[in-house]
Amino acid sequence: MTTTLPRRPGAGLPDHPRFLWRNPEPKGTYDIVIVGGGGHGLATAHYLARNHGITNVAVLEKGWLGGGNLARNTTLIRSNYLWDQSATIYEHSLKLWEGLEEDLGYPILFSQRGVLNLAHSEQDVRDGVRRVEANKLNGIDASWLGPDEIAKICPIVNLSADIRYPVLGATYQPRAGIAKHDYVGWGFARRADEAGIDLIQACEVTGFAADGNQVTGVQTSRGTIGAGRVLLCAAGNTTTLTDMLGLRTPVQSHPLQAVVSELLEPVHPTVVMSNAVHVYVSQAHKGELVMGAGVDAYNGYGQRGSFHVIERQMSAAVELFPIFARAHLLRSWAGTVDVCPDASPIVDRTPYDNVFLNCGWGTGGFKATPGIGWCLADTLANDEIHPYIKPFSLGRFVTGALVDEHGAAGVAH
Amino acid sequence: MQLITCPWCGPREETEFRYGGQAHVNYPDNPAALSDQEWARYVFFRDNTKGAWAERWSHSAGCRRWFNAIRDTVTYQFRAVYRLDEPKPVIS
Repeated sequence: MTTTLPRRPGAGLPDHPRFLWRNPEPKGTYDIVIVGGGGHGLATAHYLARNHGITNVAVLEKGWLGGGNLARNTTLIRSNYLWDQSATIYEHSLKLWEGLEEDLGYPILFSQRGVLNLAHSEQDVRDGVRRVEANKLNGIDASWLGPDEIAKICPIVNLSADIRYPVLGATYQPRAGIAKHDYVGWGFARRADEAGIDLIQACEVTGFAADGNQVTGVQTSRGTIGAGRVLLCAAGNTTTLTDMLGLRTPVQSHPLQAVVSELLEPVHPTVVMSNAVHVYVSQAHKGELVMGAGVDAYNGYGQRGSFHVIERQMSAAVELFPIFARAHLLRSWAGTVDVCPDASPIVDRTPYDNVFLNCGWGTGGFKATPGIGWCLADTLANDEIHPYIKPFSLGRFVTGALVDEHGAAGVAH
Repeated sequence: MQLITCPWCGPREETEFRYGGQAHVNYPDNPAALSDQEWARYVFFRDNTKGAWAERWSHSAGCRRWFNAIRDTVTYQFRAVYRLDEPKPVIS
């Protein structure tokens, strides 16, 4: 007699290659130095080699590769942003996600399981319908669903009218999804390393050597490294670098917390976000429920936040998904996110002609990883800002041409 | 939960307070004379200190008064709290 074993939680993750990357000593000088070995820095390195054949490049990382926000995000990928400027860069990114596993030759477990953004009030409904129509005009897959249709896609959402914030409808982007965040970073790193790019870990930047409006080198804990062009990709630690350059930005660093449950059988087939009751939930490949919410209100670099923030987000999760009530919380953690006043990034050339800044992605940087890497590589190779990132200039805070995604994305990314 | 000391009410739980961002950002003396660049600095640009920095808090679920604090943004430890009419304490 044969028996079929149920799928064991935690089973089925692909193995890693036996060799990932070298650990080279820094050379004296590089054409391009990228500060920050997270998702954006590593993706930029990959596309510099792949699209432009530029490999005399170093990625400097003060800790270990992908050990900051890349390891700490909730892995959501979507492009259903309201404004044209955001939709353009995030949709460019989503299209790259769709071919990324083949490009990297690495299993990133990209799963397009769709995202539901729930509406709990008449205003949520109006905003959601407006965003769906804006998405359609930008060629992005989007539709508006009533509660009956939500039940077909995600049966475990509490659609009772008898809850504090009843679900009135949702926007739906079927091409959205999740990916295995660590594998994404390792995939980019491995490809960049193969191409001959030096990934230098435990190498903290301590200063910059400048000559007029050019930065000539980067001072690090492993000596001074000459640089033709420099890209800053330090997310929550951006200000530490820009302070060294005497450059001010409007970003504020906040803790952003996330939690996972124990491993469970597959119960949650999609991604659900709710800005009003303030939680977002997906189920990772291994089986954990992955949950996040908004930033802690105070500035903080401590990679931890306040307990009451998690408490509030758990009460929202249990209200929306009553079957989660008995799930055990396994771990909680926080990253340090650099938040901009308009919840959009800053990608621009600095007053130093050969130094470029990529920051302010706040709570939404992971999904942009391939897209921004592509655009930054193009920018560095051609010494000209790629058109997709032009709207995200530092100058918009002077001209007032903000890309206000707070209204569209809320705090949850 | 972190206890925050309100200068009027004493130590209370963190959930009674609201955050107000960087302290000592004064409204411009002569707003009509400001350039766009200067307005941008005032409206959007703040320090983002890693370590001890001065910030505003409001005891919103208590006496509802604002006060300033010096807090370490890495350890989250409050080094000092002081009223708005008191000078910024010197923290070594």
